[in-house]
Amino acid sequence: MPVDTSFAGRAYPPGDVYVVSREKLREFAEATGATHPAHTDVDAARALGHPDVVAPPTFAVVIAQRTEAQYVDDPAAGIDFGRVVHADERFTHHRPIHAGDRLRTALHVDAVTQRAGLSMVTTRCEIADEDGTPVATVVSTLAVRPEDAA
Amino acid sequence: MSAGGRPVLADLEVGQEVARRTITVDRARLVRYAGASGDFNPIHWNERVATAVGLPGVIAHGMWTMGAAVTVVVDWAGDPGAVVDYQTRFTRPVPVPDPGEASVDVVATVGALDAEAGTARIDLMVSVDGSRVLGKAQAVVRLS
Repeated sequence: MPVDTSFAGRAYPPGDVYVVSREKLREFAEATGATHPAHTDVDAARALGHPDVVAPPTFAVVIAQRTEAQYVDDPAAGIDFGRVVHADERFTHHRPIHAGDRLRTALHVDAVTQRAGLSMVTTRCEIADEDGTPVATVVSTLAVRPEDAA
Repeated sequence: MSAGGRPVLADLEVGQEVARRTITVDRARLVRYAGASGDFNPIHWNERVATAVGLPGVIAHGMWTMGAAVTVVVDWAGDPGAVVDYQTRFTRPVPVPDPGEASVDVVATVGALDAEAGTARIDLMVSVDGSRVLGKAQAVVRLS
C-alpha cells in the first residue's frame, strides 16, 4: 500500500504524561557516550543552575518516537518500516529537559510528499509541560522507498 | 578566556576548530542504544534482516550517531543545557562490523556567531573512513 498523502496536516492531541527519570537519563547518556556529569550527578547539574540532572540534547527522541508511532504505525498511513530510511532530525529546546519533568506531546504531520516514487514524511512533536508551556520541538523526516525498489 | 572553564562567545571566530574526537561503536553499543531509546528496528542488531533489506550489514542508528556526535559539543560548552538547537541530515549509513567496531570521527568548528542572540553555531563534520555520514550537522549553543 502506498504512503497516504492525505495524512498531511493531521494533528494528534497530547497523549499520556511522560515522566522523565534520572535513571532513564543515565541509561540514554551511557548509550550515547555522553559523560558530562550534569547528565548523571545532581550536584553537578545544580552547580550549573539546573533543578535536577539534564537530558542529553537528543534525549527528546525517546519521547518523540513514541508519539510518532501513533501515525507511522497506523496501517492506514501506508508506511512500511522495512522501506523506511531516516532522512533528517532537528531538536529545538525551548528549555532543557530535566529529571522530574512531566511532559505531554502533541504530534503534527507537517508534510507527506511524493517524488519519483520516493515518499517523504515530516512529523513535528511539540513537547510541553503539563501546563502547556513549550519545552522542545522535534522535527523528523522519514524517506519511504517505493515498493518495487530493493 | 573562559567563565569557570566554559567558552566565551566574544573569544570565538568563525572557522575556528573547537573540539575533535574519535568515537568507536560496536554491536553491543547498538543493543544498548536500542534499549535506551526504544528503537528496536532489527537492522541495527540483526545481520539477516539488515542484508535482506539491501544493507551491507548491521548499521548504527542514525540517532545514535547524532547523539554521540553532540557529546563533543556538550563537553566543550560545559553545560548540556546550552545546546538550544541541534539538527542533521543522515547522508550515509554507518556499518558496524562483528567482530570489531566502527570509528566515527567528529570535528567541531564555529560555523556562525550571533552576538545579539548570545549563540554560536557549531558545525560538526562527522565521518567514517573519510566519508561524511551526517550532513548539515549543526548545534546552536548559548554562551555568555
